[in-house]
Amino acid sequence: MSAAHDVHAGEDGAAHGTMRDYVIGFVLSVVLTAIPFWLVMADPLGNKALTGGIVVIFAAVQIVVHMIFFLHMNTKSEGGWNMLALLFTVVLVVIVLSGSFWVMHHLNTNMMPMSHDMPELP
Amino acid sequence: MSAPANVPSADLANWYDLDEHDHPEGGSTLLGFWIYLMSDCLIFAMLFAAFGVVGGNYAAGPGPKDLFDLPLVALNTAMLLFSSITYGFAMLAMQRGNVKAVQGWLLVTGLFGAAFLSIELYEFAHLIHEGATPQRSAFLSAFFTLVGTHGLHVTFGLIWLGVLVVQVGQRGLVAANQRRLMCLSLFWHFLDVVWIGVFTFVYLLGMLR
Repeated sequence: MSAAHDVHAGEDGAAHGTMRDYVIGFVLSVVLTAIPFWLVMADPLGNKALTGGIVVIFAAVQIVVHMIFFLHMNTKSEGGWNMLALLFTVVLVVIVLSGSFWVMHHLNTNMMPMSHDMPELP
Repeated sequence: MSAPANVPSADLANWYDLDEHDHPEGGSTLLGFWIYLMSDCLIFAMLFAAFGVVGGNYAAGPGPKDLFDLPLVALNTAMLLFSSITYGFAMLAMQRGNVKAVQGWLLVTGLFGAAFLSIELYEFAHLIHEGATPQRSAFLSAFFTLVGTHGLHVTFGLIWLGVLVVQVGQRGLVAANQRRLMCLSLFWHFLDVVWIGVFTFVYLLGMLR
């Protein structure tokens, strides 16, 4: 009896998935993985910037798909604290990534001109 | 804040809620584990940032186009994706209370995870054999650190998975084991999420550089 009670108690905290969730998530992930690999390997667009942009969008969509269908994220599990921690982390990740690229890009652009074919260091 | 003067001392216990109400064992484990995963996510964010900054510094050495084999990476990605859905099947078996099915799906997950690791180690060995070692260039240092850290996580996930197969076999699907299985579920799916970032930013965008 206690096992049944525990399963029920678990539903208040962490969300459970269903077979439907996992299959939908898996099929979407396969599609969202196959298309970017095809775009890069077969190069049907012939435009590197456009291909790169589309590949990044597919990755972002697939991360959301994994969050919903595999990690069962929603605004209700653990009283919303899961989602709050996730949003806080996303904000930090965006600051770290965009800040690093921004600062280092300016550093590279404004650095003293330097020969790019430096001799091999010992 | 001090207690209001008009509250009789006998009611103070109620006023301050001095009675510890019942905290069920493990009630906060999943939230705590989730917060650990979020901090792990920050580690990977730092490694991605480092790779993004120095990923183009080849030091006149080999670049992504010379080194990466996309069909192999696609196979690797498929292994991790298969292991994600088989872990999902293990969780569904846990909800049905089927011990044998949980162990079976965990073992299948472990096989896919081991296949992923083997392919990754093969790739690393191949790179090092070609002279593309972590010491060769900033690009390769960042590459090995980022992908290697992910691989190390998968390794620990596999060890944890093996331990859980034994624990579930010894004590069945008791509450503690269910909690552990749910934590490993978060960990395993989280690693698949990180891998999406790796194959996109390191391999696919690397080939486009």
